[in-house]
Amino acid sequence: MEKDLTLHVNGKQHTVRIDPVTPLLYVLRNQLELNGPKYGCGHEVCGACMVLLDGVAMPSCKIPVESMEGRKITTLEGLTRPDGTLHPVQRAFVEEQAAQCGYCLNGMVMAAVALLEANKQPDDAAIRAGMERNLCRCGTQTRIMKAIRRAAKES
Amino acid sequence: MKESAYNPQQSRRKFINSLGCLTIGFSLTGTRWAEATPSTPALPGSLALEDRINAWLEVLADGRVRVLTGKMELGQGIRTAIAQVAAEELDLDLGQVEVHLAETGRTPNEGYTAGSGSIEHSAMAVRHAAAAARQRLLELADRHWSTQPEQLQITQGKISRRGTGQVLTFAELLNGKQLEEEVKPSVKLKPKNEYRYVGKPIHRTDIEQMVRGESVYVHDLRLPGMVHARVVRPPAYRARLESFDQSTFKVPGLLKTVVNGSFVAVVTEQEYQAVQAQQQAREHARWSRTEPLPTGQDLEAYIKTLPTRSQNVKSQGTVSPLDQPDGRTLRASYFKPYQMHGSIGPSCAVALYEGDTLHVWTHTQGVYPLRDAIAKMLNMDPDKVHLKGVPGSGCYGHNGADDVAADAALVAVAYPGKPVRMQWMREDEHAWEPYGSAMRLEAEARLDDAGRITHWRYALWSDSHSSRPGGNPGNLLAARYLAKPFNPPGSGYAGGAFRNSEPYYAIPNYKIDVHTFEGPLRVSALRSLGAYGNVFAIESFMDELSVKAKKDPLDFRIMHSTDERAVAVMQKLKEIVRSVKTGPNEGIGVAFSRYKNTATYCAVAAQVAVDKASGQVQVERMWAVIDAGEVINPDGIINQTEGGMVQAASWTLKEEVLFNQQHVSSRDWTSYPIFRYSDVPTVEITLIPRPHDEPLGAGEAAQGPTAAALVNAIYRASGKRIRHLPVRPEEVAG
Repeated sequence: MEKDLTLHVNGKQHTVRIDPVTPLLYVLRNQLELNGPKYGCGHEVCGACMVLLDGVAMPSCKIPVESMEGRKITTLEGLTRPDGTLHPVQRAFVEEQAAQCGYCLNGMVMAAVALLEANKQPDDAAIRAGMERNLCRCGTQTRIMKAIRRAAKES
Repeated sequence: MKESAYNPQQSRRKFINSLGCLTIGFSLTGTRWAEATPSTPALPGSLALEDRINAWLEVLADGRVRVLTGKMELGQGIRTAIAQVAAEELDLDLGQVEVHLAETGRTPNEGYTAGSGSIEHSAMAVRHAAAAARQRLLELADRHWSTQPEQLQITQGKISRRGTGQVLTFAELLNGKQLEEEVKPSVKLKPKNEYRYVGKPIHRTDIEQMVRGESVYVHDLRLPGMVHARVVRPPAYRARLESFDQSTFKVPGLLKTVVNGSFVAVVTEQEYQAVQAQQQAREHARWSRTEPLPTGQDLEAYIKTLPTRSQNVKSQGTVSPLDQPDGRTLRASYFKPYQMHGSIGPSCAVALYEGDTLHVWTHTQGVYPLRDAIAKMLNMDPDKVHLKGVPGSGCYGHNGADDVAADAALVAVAYPGKPVRMQWMREDEHAWEPYGSAMRLEAEARLDDAGRITHWRYALWSDSHSSRPGGNPGNLLAARYLAKPFNPPGSGYAGGAFRNSEPYYAIPNYKIDVHTFEGPLRVSALRSLGAYGNVFAIESFMDELSVKAKKDPLDFRIMHSTDERAVAVMQKLKEIVRSVKTGPNEGIGVAFSRYKNTATYCAVAAQVAVDKASGQVQVERMWAVIDAGEVINPDGIINQTEGGMVQAASWTLKEEVLFNQQHVSSRDWTSYPIFRYSDVPTVEITLIPRPHDEPLGAGEAAQGPTAAALVNAIYRASGKRIRHLPVRPEEVAG
């Protein structure tokens, strides 16, 4: 049942031997040892597992890995430049201390990056709409909105 | 009456023995945790449990200092706050302090990270231990150079002798030893006007680790040879496994099926194989039928029909005039449903049974009490059970963290030699975590001619708000299903239901009673325990009384307040909301409480807009004014308060755990919706600085007042008084 699949993740090609029905999330976390995408619900409704698929923020918890060949996948780790410099959105989350437990932070950052790619200066309503798929239980949404406004201003 | 807590004293001797250095003069008959009344002058915080310097901090060879705390990082930023106080007293750079979180045999046993007590207990212990360390290091340097104390300067982990160029690091002074002296209550602390870190909004270092995707959570652990496990829960609380057909159960990568009584778990090579195995195992298991859960009736009425244990919390004077209701009396009944922790990341643990020792990596809020419970469940010597705290997804209470650790431990013992990563799925967490209890709350009061409350009667019905392991395996979910099961002990009155049931107002005659029942769902500690329900009821009722007395709601509260700090937060809130304009169908509501009546003062205002046709409520803005005494990290406390208010608003407007005849039916974010971005208001927090007062627990202070401020705002916006949570549009409409 297992198959060799080639994935394009964070600018590099990776070949993994895996059951092709495995959701992308498990491959990213276990085969590629990436911590960014998190398991949250497995139903594509909380956003914790978000990655960028060809620049669009998408949940990775259900989508079979075999459908990912040929797609450009970016995880939280891939936002950081090779010299370690943070992406403006990552930096803004640190500056605004926009986390408590931080478990949802991966999805929040990925959704915010995609939002700002599509809309350089989103207003309050656009930020809320762009982040609507992502849940936070600690109640840090107000800080995350500040971080997004900061990132929009600084980039 | 006092609320009880886990007693770390039981484990103390073992902890000391495990350090291998029993200091002479160390009292093993010390005070109990819950009734800490040490001899005067008192040692602050958790020093009453553990008073040697090296229990709290170690000097490292590279010049840094490692601080040992028995508390866990839950997202509240305790690691940073503790680093701040240690660096402050020892004049270290912040980067020179490493904080080691709760670990059995390694850190002090501070019981649970709960009740907003980590600053009061752990940070205060660390502050005094660090000050004692500083004093002792200066004495050693003084002796080394035979000089005068005023000739010595301490900075960045070094002590220098002025004018000589002579420098010694802390480690050189100690020459391989650690500071084993006891911390004296008289230890001199750094003057507050010299603070560099304490009271400043220092950034948490772990947030940068999070944005970089570094390994932060127990979920991120990848140990060599690690295998993956899932647990197969029964279809109902009391269902028992009748049979499990292992002969036909074949899934790819299956390494082991653990069946112990009615506990079933699967172990596989790859993680997704475990997910598939869990699903398929359900089809191979036959379970007994059980008594149906009580559905089809109003839960608010139902819980009052259950057998109760009733006790008086507090009484003063007589409340008999309330027995003859007239135009001066008012009575109302309130209800809050079962609510869940709903961590975004389902609980996870890694366990390894190797040789004769079990290691468990866990995001529990109490490593020692969980260690004791797991040891008893497995009939092991607690010294052979090692638990290391690693952060998990935010819980703010007792979620599945302890249970998943027990699941992992059971599987690891059955599959020794390999690290077992046990991950709960979303449904496992939603349907099996212990919820915050449903509560019914009845209030009555009488006013005099001046609109003052003369009589107050309050009764609450609730299940327990604490079933944490506390060393008892019956509190671990899996232990109830083993071939030799452990029964849940039940904690009834002691469980925190009556927290904040006594109003923080001057009322001459009052009577407060608590009636504890055993309800249909599994329950335990959810952020603020009973305080959320009690403050929701009391502060809603105060609002109703202010209307009856024809007083401004804040003035009405202030005229019943004798504590000037309570008055100060309400006056400040009044100033803030005074200038806020509301439009048609908008309203501002207020509420106040002092958490536990001994911790942080918190006054909250909420502005809502009501759509009268649909009954939909939009929370537009919320404000809080808080007085938490001395604040170690103002940004940390603001973050906690903002988050607490958003979480409490979600509880109040959206959340209710539902169940059918078989089991909990709130099994995902669709059947248990919580706030999304479109629901979240702007939140503004004002801190009243009190740098010279004691620090007060703050992390849970906003839960209750937020609920009441919201329903009070709905009343101001719509004229509809909501007494039954969550707020239902059909009750607001019209």
